[in-house]
Amino acid sequence: MAEIIIKNLRKEFGSFTAVQSSSFRIEDGEFFMLLGPSGCGKTTTLRMIAGLELPTSGQIWIDGEEVGQKPASQRDIAFVFQMFALYPHMNVRKNIAYPLVSQGLSRARVREKVEEVARLLRIEHILDRPVGGLSGGDRQRVALGRAIVRSPKAFMMDEPLGALDAEFREIMAEELRALHDRMGATTVYVTHDQLEAMQMGDKIVVMNHGVVEQFGTPQDIYDKPATMFVAEFIGSPAMNFLRFRGSVEAGATSVRMHHHVFEVPELREPFDGDIAFGVRPEHVRFSDNGAFRCRVDATEYLGTTQIVTLNSDHGQLKARISSDQPVRVDETVGLEFDPKTITLFDTGTGRALRSDLNEGVLSHG
Amino acid sequence: MSAYSITEPSSRAKWTAGILVTLYAVITMVPLLWIVATGFKTPSDAISYPPKVFFEPTVEGYVNVFTTRTRLSPEALAALPPPANFAEEIVRQYDMVIAGPSRFGERFLNSVIIGFGSTFLSIFLGTLAAYAFSRFKIPLKDDLLFFILSTRMMPPIAVAIPIFLMYRQLGLSDTHLGMILLYTAVNISLAVWLLKGFIDEIPREYEEAALIDGYTRFQAFYKVVLPQAATGIASTAIFCLIFAWNEYAFAVLLTSGTAQTAPPFIPTIIGVGGQDWPAVAAGATLFLVPVMVFTILLRKHLLRGITFGAVRK
Ligand SMILES: Nc1ncnc2c1ncn2[C@@H]1O[C@H](COP(=O)(O)OP(=O)(O)O)[C@@H](O)[C@H]1O
Ligand SMILES: [Mg+2]
Repeated sequence: MAEIIIKNLRKEFGSFTAVQSSSFRIEDGEFFMLLGPSGCGKTTTLRMIAGLELPTSGQIWIDGEEVGQKPASQRDIAFVFQMFALYPHMNVRKNIAYPLVSQGLSRARVREKVEEVARLLRIEHILDRPVGGLSGGDRQRVALGRAIVRSPKAFMMDEPLGALDAEFREIMAEELRALHDRMGATTVYVTHDQLEAMQMGDKIVVMNHGVVEQFGTPQDIYDKPATMFVAEFIGSPAMNFLRFRGSVEAGATSVRMHHHVFEVPELREPFDGDIAFGVRPEHVRFSDNGAFRCRVDATEYLGTTQIVTLNSDHGQLKARISSDQPVRVDETVGLEFDPKTITLFDTGTGRALRSDLNEGVLSHG
Repeated sequence: MSAYSITEPSSRAKWTAGILVTLYAVITMVPLLWIVATGFKTPSDAISYPPKVFFEPTVEGYVNVFTTRTRLSPEALAALPPPANFAEEIVRQYDMVIAGPSRFGERFLNSVIIGFGSTFLSIFLGTLAAYAFSRFKIPLKDDLLFFILSTRMMPPIAVAIPIFLMYRQLGLSDTHLGMILLYTAVNISLAVWLLKGFIDEIPREYEEAALIDGYTRFQAFYKVVLPQAATGIASTAIFCLIFAWNEYAFAVLLTSGTAQTAPPFIPTIIGVGGQDWPAVAAGATLFLVPVMVFTILLRKHLLRGITFGAVRK
């Protein structure tokens, strides 16, 4: 059990900076997600927390102690590797027992603990098998067992479901989350899959090119993206951006896009320049008397909803609407946007403009 | 269940391959079998023309290789008590008696000490060096590796004269230590390169898992890396042993007495009293045995080692 605080953490490999000044805080018992595209520095961050990589600068606090330069063996953290890293020359039981052997526990006590963990993970029947022939799911469980058995302060998991096939991932994701809820141990989980992060995480850090883009709850990150990168990376289809040149005042509650005026959450800062008007597909409504007219390019039927691709003067956008609503390709429709959900972005920096909607959230990042 | 499948070769292809392999085996085995057979012939059978394929086997060659003998006058012979054992009996047929043991046992023991000693040292140093090259950030790593390899870019004998002079100065000539160091120096580049390849193949995550589980770097190396590198270590050890065991040129040059190995000794067997080919063949046959036993003991590893990473996982 531990609280983990990351302060201005930085890692350089030669002249390449893999992680640039990350800061975030992981509460005790949280299921914490490190999310971002491949190569953005998630694994490097996780390895620094675990002590497998020493930071170039910055601090890592675990349970009120600064451990940035301590070796891994002294941090009392368990790590589940992307490829599980089960020792091939040992059977399942020995693999799970291995972390206990270094602690000098008695044989009887080791046996007892291993069996307890095996029961928890429902792998008692494979304890004496070699790890070579195990299925992906069982390997995953053994790797988890090896992590759990020592009751460490925190778990680090690097894309632990990445090696499993799609159908099995769902099951393991649920098992993992249920296991966490039962044990309540702080868990840091790396993934590039935004759905996985949204489903499983209590909190999410979104990274890109070694930079923390946003840090918050899944709801906040979805509804109040701090940057255009986050807005695009999270959600499928991604957030729509209508791009235009304009200016807004602090306190404004609407924005003028050429001859259209859209209501937006009350702005907290003035801005003049290239703006992106961000709206999620599910917040786009069809309305016969909407002044913003678009042509329907395509429709994609998804059961209860459909995704409609539309073409406007300010670029393409997608709408998620009920499947009941009849839409024909090439017809022209009027659109309205749910004003409470709109985020404006500075296209130059990608940063969201502060407004009533996102003010509380942005101060974190 | 395997992730890939290979189509079964046709039975004709299998037959052809089988015949070719057998043919090759026979061709390479003939000289070997010839040596083994000659060891059990009498000297006259050994040089008879046409060569004898069927003959009455005798252990005369083996007796001769382990003993020195003296010829006695018929009177002296007649005065002797009857032969005490089979060796004595064989020798008496030639009007001789056994004067004492030959040097073969000593030389053979030298070969064992120097061959296995240098193999052990090469593997010990090679494994540590290969692990360091594989895992740690080392300045000028590539240059160092190239330098290590470059020691094998000329035949070792090319540096015979400097080594000869150096060894004389250092008092290493004709010593076990000198020969062990020399063969280790020659083998170490092979060992480092081969073992580095094997260790590179072992995912770092295994050691990292051990580090996180509270083990030290050395424990992780010892308990996790070594067992998985066993295949590579075994095959590298065989290559090292074969070189050290068979090395002839340096052995001739640097050893003559205390540290002489079997290869320079075996040809000298022939010199005493005519051409004793069976004794030479017997010595050569015995000389083959340790490498053969070592290879057979490690053959499971060797097979997997030679195919390198190709079929693992
Ligand atoms: N040991 C290393 N040496 C040099 N570059 C590295 C090393 N480890 C990672 N990197 C680089 O750092 C970047 C981030 O890597 P990583 O943290 O593994 O990304 P992610 O896990 O998000 O996919 C990548 O561009 C990768 O090539
Ligand atoms: Mg990664």
